[in-house]
Amino acid sequence: MSIQVKNLKHIYEKGMPTESVAIEGISFEVGDGEFLGIIGHTGSGKSTLLQHLNGLLKPDEGTIVIGGVDITAPGVSMVDIRKRIGLVFQYPEYQLFEETVAKDVAFGPKNLGLGEEETEERVKEAIELVGLDYDDIKDRSPFELSGGQKRRVAIAGVVAMRPEVLILDEPTAGLDPKAHKDVLNMIEEVHRRTGNITVLVSHNMADIAKLSDKVLVIDSGHMVTMGTPKEVFSKREELSRVGLDLPPITNLTEELRQRGMDIEQTILSVDDAARQIAEYLKDKGHNKC
Amino acid sequence: MDSIIRIENLIFEYQRDETEKPVRALKDINLEIKRGSFTAVLGKNGSGKSTLAKNLNGLLLPTGGTIYVNGYDTKDEEHIWDVRQSAGMVFQNPDNQLVSAIVEDDVAFGPENLGIEPAEIRRRVDKALNDVNMGAFKGKAPHLLSGGQKQRIAIAGVVAMKPSCIIFDEPTAMLDPKGRNEIMKIIQELHAEGITVVLITHFMEEAACADRVIIMHNGEVFLDGTPEEVFSQGEKVRSVNLDVPLAVELAAKLREEGIDIPANIIGTEEMVEYLCQYK
Repeated sequence: MSIQVKNLKHIYEKGMPTESVAIEGISFEVGDGEFLGIIGHTGSGKSTLLQHLNGLLKPDEGTIVIGGVDITAPGVSMVDIRKRIGLVFQYPEYQLFEETVAKDVAFGPKNLGLGEEETEERVKEAIELVGLDYDDIKDRSPFELSGGQKRRVAIAGVVAMRPEVLILDEPTAGLDPKAHKDVLNMIEEVHRRTGNITVLVSHNMADIAKLSDKVLVIDSGHMVTMGTPKEVFSKREELSRVGLDLPPITNLTEELRQRGMDIEQTILSVDDAARQIAEYLKDKGHNKC
Repeated sequence: MDSIIRIENLIFEYQRDETEKPVRALKDINLEIKRGSFTAVLGKNGSGKSTLAKNLNGLLLPTGGTIYVNGYDTKDEEHIWDVRQSAGMVFQNPDNQLVSAIVEDDVAFGPENLGIEPAEIRRRVDKALNDVNMGAFKGKAPHLLSGGQKQRIAIAGVVAMKPSCIIFDEPTAMLDPKGRNEIMKIIQELHAEGITVVLITHFMEEAACADRVIIMHNGEVFLDGTPEEVFSQGEKVRSVNLDVPLAVELAAKLREEGIDIPANIIGTEEMVEYLCQYK
């Protein structure tokens, strides 16, 4: 299972005086079981790109091949595509609507035409995968849950369809620090346990650096760069030109480097930073500052 | 010193439905907010921070105890508009706060309701829009603006009422990093102009801009002090499921590695300065 996007272009309101090119010349590949992070400014075309990946939008040019099937080809079954590619929108909890958590999560699998037993099994599996207690929560109203729990139930609704590709558009926006951490761990856990391809769009550079195998940077509808977090976040100037920051810890360590501290370039975690700074200071004989 | 808000033994309870026992969201809170100060209120969801904010301008009324805003008791119906005019409020989602189809009409909504002269409204609207750097957008439709721009319009609507104090309830939670920076800059400017700011937030970097940080937990004040005093207690802050600023996190890890870092270092720049002494 892999994704190949080739030369993707999408024009909004084509042929109208207000026509605008949303994305153009986007090409990249995601390998089996990889975790792709996408970063870019608001309005850079991130969401337009995501909507192509599960067939909500059709490109004006280019192709998207997922698991050997060109999903942009005419006559391709959209039901099949959406079975395999799950998209979690921003603020997905706004889409909760059922009386109970179990019914809400079951909505997707039921629409796939699965039997009652299979549906229940998947609902149970999905609710547990997102870190909630099935027996405790299944009969509760989704509307009486906390913000973080609602978000997880909404994501469970997509996970229950067992998508081979899970796409999440800013899944932690607006959550408190604890819920943020919980949802992030949950995404990591689902990825690890199901071996799916995960595509994460986020403004939080620390999260992107921590989770992604590859990072795709887009600006004004164009690809700026793509590479491992280490490669991408080593391009400080290039990112800054398109209005993106480094992860906060990388910013701090780069500042230290610029001021002459001899530590590794592009440090992406606080643990790494602490280890390297401590080593450097001890070498200089400052273990007792 | 002069307090603009005085909270005495505040208790707030609510009932989900009649058969249930009331839930005590705020338990005997005593606080004073000094005129002209900048206070950040932190706490995880359900800690009572938003309930506290809504009590500060009479959107919610205390079950027990009293809140004085500019000397007016928020329970005093006769002065509720004095309370609301003294303490304006900006919420999380700008889409829920904009009422008009034209930006300047929206900003004029508040002053109009105060019964102010049209010429004075004009002046206030122009000034408020300039304060939030949105003067050029006064004839535009709010729904065509970005989230950060909409939130600036919502702030202008409050500023036009000339409040002495503005309570911001997670004003940047739904914005991207650029929008967040814009709003924080404006909050700092309003504070510099003399407006008392109460900022409820989940972002520790925003809290570090304040001159006082209050952490709420289970309906009570858990920590209260300068950002240095509060954030230097990293373990305590984490114990109530909050993050600490990056420098505090790094300092804790450096100490584990045997490097001594003073507790009062809570900002990234200070941390860089401190470490660079030893290079």
